[in-house]
Amino acid sequence: MRTTFILSLLFLCAYGYGKTKEEFPVPRPPFTEGIFPCSSCHEGMEVNPKKRELKEEHRSIKLRHGENFRWCLDCHDGQNRDKLKLVSGELIDFTESYMLCGQCHGTTYRDWKAGIHGKRTGYFSGKKMYFLCVHCHDPHNPKFKPLRPEPPPMKPKETKHGR
Amino acid sequence: MADKLYTRRDVVKVISFSLLAGSGLLGSSCVNKEATEEFLQRHYLEMTEDEKKRVVKRLEERYRKDYGVKFNISTEAAKKGTLWGYGLDLSRCIGCRRCVYACVRENNNSRHDPQVHLIRVLRLKKGNLINLEHSEHYYNPEHVPEEGFIYMPVQCQHCENPPCVKVCPVKATWKEPDGLVVVDYNWCIGCRYCMAACPYKGRVFNWAEPKIPKEEINGEVHYLGNRPRMKNVVEKCTFCIQRVRSGRYPACVEACPTGTRKFGNLLDQESEIRYLIENKRVFRLKEDLNTEPKFYYFFSL
Ligand code: HEC
Ligand code: HEC
Ligand code: HEC
Ligand code: HEC
Repeated sequence: MRTTFILSLLFLCAYGYGKTKEEFPVPRPPFTEGIFPCSSCHEGMEVNPKKRELKEEHRSIKLRHGENFRWCLDCHDGQNRDKLKLVSGELIDFTESYMLCGQCHGTTYRDWKAGIHGKRTGYFSGKKMYFLCVHCHDPHNPKFKPLRPEPPPMKPKETKHGR
Repeated sequence: MADKLYTRRDVVKVISFSLLAGSGLLGSSCVNKEATEEFLQRHYLEMTEDEKKRVVKRLEERYRKDYGVKFNISTEAAKKGTLWGYGLDLSRCIGCRRCVYACVRENNNSRHDPQVHLIRVLRLKKGNLINLEHSEHYYNPEHVPEEGFIYMPVQCQHCENPPCVKVCPVKATWKEPDGLVVVDYNWCIGCRYCMAACPYKGRVFNWAEPKIPKEEINGEVHYLGNRPRMKNVVEKCTFCIQRVRSGRYPACVEACPTGTRKFGNLLDQESEIRYLIENKRVFRLKEDLNTEPKFYYFFSL
């Protein structure tokens, strides 16, 4: 009797855990103009899982992200190109791509959820927006790109009063 | 210059002159009336709500005339249960200075002569950690980050124990209940004792009338924050009081492309500032001085 109770409690917990997916409001994913929905081309197109240099389309994509172990369809779904695919096989939206990244970058993901890695904007005690990982990291070549700095302050002698 | 912003000292001059001329305090010209009102204006902390309303209305009209933009001057007070804290991730900052210019625009800082920057980004050699004596803030390479350097932005640290406040001879600067160190520009006499007392170089002096292009004016201001300043007053970072008191992140936090800058309520267990203090290696600048800054530098790596 008691064990069944505990068991069912455990079951409920596990169920509840799987069910409650945390949600993070995000800005629009940084897609190239006009590329989404992907299905506008891919629907009915043959799926080609072979590792290769892309010649017809997406030519600017050069995978530099654990590319020795991976290829496109480890992250993208072959059948439904408008979705991303987790290792579990679960399909997620592009607005949830952090879950994909979180599979391998667990500590960073935890910090991101707490607002420490990456960035949140909006109302810190209310409605927040989370920048997606891909707003800052190209998923295909994720190293953060160098930036041109804004101008340095004027040196004292460059100002009129010579102070 | 008829519509110039009167400083307390100018007004003293005007009044002594008019007294001499025998015309008395309440001269008939409207400039004199406004100047007189401003001179009689009390210290911000001593104003009643009614007085604040009148002062705000007068200033809104004047700013509108001077800048041709509608101003909205807030006097929103500190909220109970808030104590603002700032976090800055030294493993992430790449020294791009986006924060510096976002701050200038948000806060209506003078663009040149004087150029007022409330954030200074120091470049330090990697390795000999945090030796501010060997820092450089005029670096200007093609791209950042540069190999072998780290970057450390410095601004007002909003000390719990602010030395600048202690030395002000007229109490024109003080610490608000939510921890923000602010200045009443109308009360500041420009003596700059506070600048000398600040160990972080967190204050800047307007040695001339601030210059801001009209089309770049930000009309959403707080009385103790980004309202236009005048010649001969000291100013400083207020963590964007006009934004944070209505629940928004400071402008520098939102402008940072790397997510280096963090902000939140130190009294809120759930805030990102509490999370980082509890989970990361944090330190504060010149801790030995007992200023107790509420600005936490940390390393996420
Ligand atoms: C590590 C997982 C991962 C791998 C591997 C991967 N992608 Fe992606 N890809 C993503 C994510 C995440 C996005 C979403 C970016 C966004 O939201 O803008 C994306 C976006 C895209 C886009 C849209 C880009 C745009 O310009 O807006 C294309 C096209 C694409 N991927 C093709 C590919 C191809 C082709 C490959 C194999 C060479 C590949 N991807 C490999 C994760 C991956
Ligand atoms: C303009 C049409 C077009 C659009 C839109 C498009 N693709 Fe493609 N995609 C192609 C073509 C054509 C190829 C084959 C390229 C080759 O083999 O050289 C391809 C190949 C791929 C591949 C490699 C695997 C395969 O099946 O060949 C991936 C992954 C991919 N696309 C993902 C995406 C994603 C994700 C989007 C939307 C964000 C997208 N594509 C949008 C035309 C398109
Ligand atoms: C299947 C595991 C896996 C997934 C999923 C994954 N990564 Fe990675 N990531 C790696 C590995 C392994 C490395 C280190 C090797 C490399 O850089 O190729 C890495 C490196 C990185 C780096 C450091 C790059 C550098 O050179 O500094 C970043 C940033 C990054 N990933 C971001 C992401 C983002 C964003 C996503 C989601 C779109 C993601 N990763 C998804 C495995 C993964
Ligand atoms: C606001 C921009 C931003 C966002 C959003 C962001 N990152 Fe980063 N990330 C950075 C910067 C900046 C670095 C440091 C890069 C460097 O030093 O080259 C970095 C570094 C990394 C690294 C390299 C290891 C490290 O900690 O330095 C990984 C892995 C990574 N990010 C993963 C992620 C993942 C996963 C997400 C989403 C859950 C994410 N990032 C979101 C800006 C961002």
